[in-house]
Amino acid sequence: MRAVDAIMECLKAEGVEHVFGLPGGANLPTYDALYDAGLRHIQCRHEQGAGHAAEGYAKASGRVGVALATSGPGATNLVTAIADAVMDSVPTVFITGQVRTDLLGTDGFQEADVTGITLPIVKHSIMIRDPEEIPTAIHEAFHIARTGRPGPVLVDIPQDLSRADIKYEPVDTLDLPGYAPTTEGNAKQIKLAAKALANARRPVIYAGGGVVNANASKELVELCTSDRFPVTCTLMGLGAFPAPHEQWLGMLGMHGTRAANYSMDEADLIVAIGARFDDRITGKLSEFAPRAKFIHIDVDPAEISKNVAAHIPIVGDAKAILPKLTIEYRALKADSGRLDGWWQRIDGWREKYPLAYEDSADSEIKPQRMIEALYEVTGGDAIVTSDVGQHQMWTAQYFHFDGPRKWINSGGLGTMGFGLPAAMGAKVAMPDANVICVAGDGSVAMNIQELATCVTEDIPIKVFIMNNGYLGMVRQWQELFWDRRYSSVDMGSSPDWVKLAEAYGATGLRAVDKGELTDVLKTAMETDGPVVCDVRVTPEENCYPMIPAGQAARDMVG
Amino acid sequence: MGEPATPELLNLDDLRESGSGHTGRKHILSLLVENKPGVLARIAGLFARRGFNIDSLAVGPTDDARISRLTLTVDGATHPIDQVTKQLHKLINVIKIRDLQPDEAVARELALFKITADGDSRAQIMQFAEIFRGKIVDVHKRSLTVEVTGNDDKIEAFEEMVRPFGLIEMVRTGEIAVSRGKGTT
Repeated sequence: MRAVDAIMECLKAEGVEHVFGLPGGANLPTYDALYDAGLRHIQCRHEQGAGHAAEGYAKASGRVGVALATSGPGATNLVTAIADAVMDSVPTVFITGQVRTDLLGTDGFQEADVTGITLPIVKHSIMIRDPEEIPTAIHEAFHIARTGRPGPVLVDIPQDLSRADIKYEPVDTLDLPGYAPTTEGNAKQIKLAAKALANARRPVIYAGGGVVNANASKELVELCTSDRFPVTCTLMGLGAFPAPHEQWLGMLGMHGTRAANYSMDEADLIVAIGARFDDRITGKLSEFAPRAKFIHIDVDPAEISKNVAAHIPIVGDAKAILPKLTIEYRALKADSGRLDGWWQRIDGWREKYPLAYEDSADSEIKPQRMIEALYEVTGGDAIVTSDVGQHQMWTAQYFHFDGPRKWINSGGLGTMGFGLPAAMGAKVAMPDANVICVAGDGSVAMNIQELATCVTEDIPIKVFIMNNGYLGMVRQWQELFWDRRYSSVDMGSSPDWVKLAEAYGATGLRAVDKGELTDVLKTAMETDGPVVCDVRVTPEENCYPMIPAGQAARDMVG
Repeated sequence: MGEPATPELLNLDDLRESGSGHTGRKHILSLLVENKPGVLARIAGLFARRGFNIDSLAVGPTDDARISRLTLTVDGATHPIDQVTKQLHKLINVIKIRDLQPDEAVARELALFKITADGDSRAQIMQFAEIFRGKIVDVHKRSLTVEVTGNDDKIEAFEEMVRPFGLIEMVRTGEIAVSRGKGTT
């Protein structure tokens, strides 16, 4: 059997149904095998789009996303998506073609050392040197991508090896002596954590994307509601705890709520679950949660005590640990009344500093209003992707995510141009769900070519461009911290997004007036096929509240 | 505080930070890694991007052809060793890491010293070499090359002794180490 046909067998054995990618010289054999392999291949217009689509697919479904690219520029175009996947722990497998082995190292046509280039940004990578290794390599890639802390795995296959004949037998065992993620969690540490919780007077549960990755939302809710523990989530964790819940404090961090950030500041015990104390959360590290002791639950031991020293570290899978912690905590029969004072304090903040904005006096659409309207029109029943910037933060604030895997964005790397291809991938994974992308007029341009993919492959996503004519978040920083010197943030003559959508064969809509907003959004949701909706919003609206970079929660402005 | 809480449990004030921190001493990390292409690049790259310095590095085969041994020395005064080992563990090809305590390991390094030697100094250098149980491995009209093995303290002491004669060149292998006693490293 040709090695490439074996690859198809391996993909099917791994349960793969969809792959994203683009063919080229070095992966021609792979595409020949794909021709009648019975997998659905979504032919993207740019490898970066294919990479983010694989991420969106993985984030929406929890399954491993797969993207294919050829050697050289095909492979280097994947780099941003790979870096994005490692930062946000997205289970993905990238299979790249490489030049023939006799050309390796000779600067051959379309040769790039993609394993070398991606070394710092992969969970693991495998450069194939013997075609007989290929089936094992593919299975190893999937196993490593999806287990432990998920992440991207790259398999680079020289063209001549991929077309070689091999003896293929299904692979049923893997030999990875250096890889055995801890999942269960130490029982003694869990007991200790329960005791600490039982004695905390000002506890906060701080949940991150790891809870979503672990499919542990239900377990999180059970722990939090085993008493009246206040809960906040990171940008990546939104939806892990339902936003409408009374114990919900809102998102924390740079653009989080005051209730969430002040609670962290005054907490005596913080339980971090699948979160990594990123600088967007902690602000000034030396002043972060100065009164708190930390319980840190994470599947990646290297995250524990990396930025903030943990007092009770628990290494393992949140899905395994949280139920045990809940049982241990319940057994202690702690007096719930001890939290009364804490809740009074928190409710005071919630009352005094609700998330709010001043609506326009005229017909202008405020960006926050746009997100509220989207929430109302969809009833919250949607998978929402976004790019990076103001629109992302407003969506995080005003679209009240009530379940996991409904909010898909680029948190760690902060990749503009992520949203549209990610929505495409999410829609492929979850064809029955409403999939919408909230984009900025700056960022949507970065992967707009994938609209062609959506039209051709019949992937009916709805893209809502929050059009303020600026690179909004950069403009906001220039306004606040750089004396309003607006350097290269004006988008000038952006394309006419409606005409552009139509040129691609999609539907284009526009909303410029507050009065028509809801109707236009409704029309967008009800129109078949891919839709691009250009929503003109206040050009110079700032996203608040905000902890200026490098400052503490107490320094929140706006 | 006067607020109600569950009695006789755990006082939060009694909790101590775990792990991390700087130890302030030299650490010898002995790693077993899969003998595969690119493994050394992964380790070197990890140290570079996380801002860790490697003081010395020695790589060699083991009795199992599929596995190589890497011995790294790292300064625990400037690095959180805990983070270094945890990050190393994340590399799929790293099978085992042992952070060897100085008193539970035998560490050795080999060094070659090429020293200016003419007239009177020649005899003195040979005498020092003997004291340090070194070997003369090359002799030239104007130089001597001495091989010395030992831990890094010994190598550095010898270097200090011969430097005044005119040290032309010094080449060191980096330390290797095994644990004391019957157990494997």
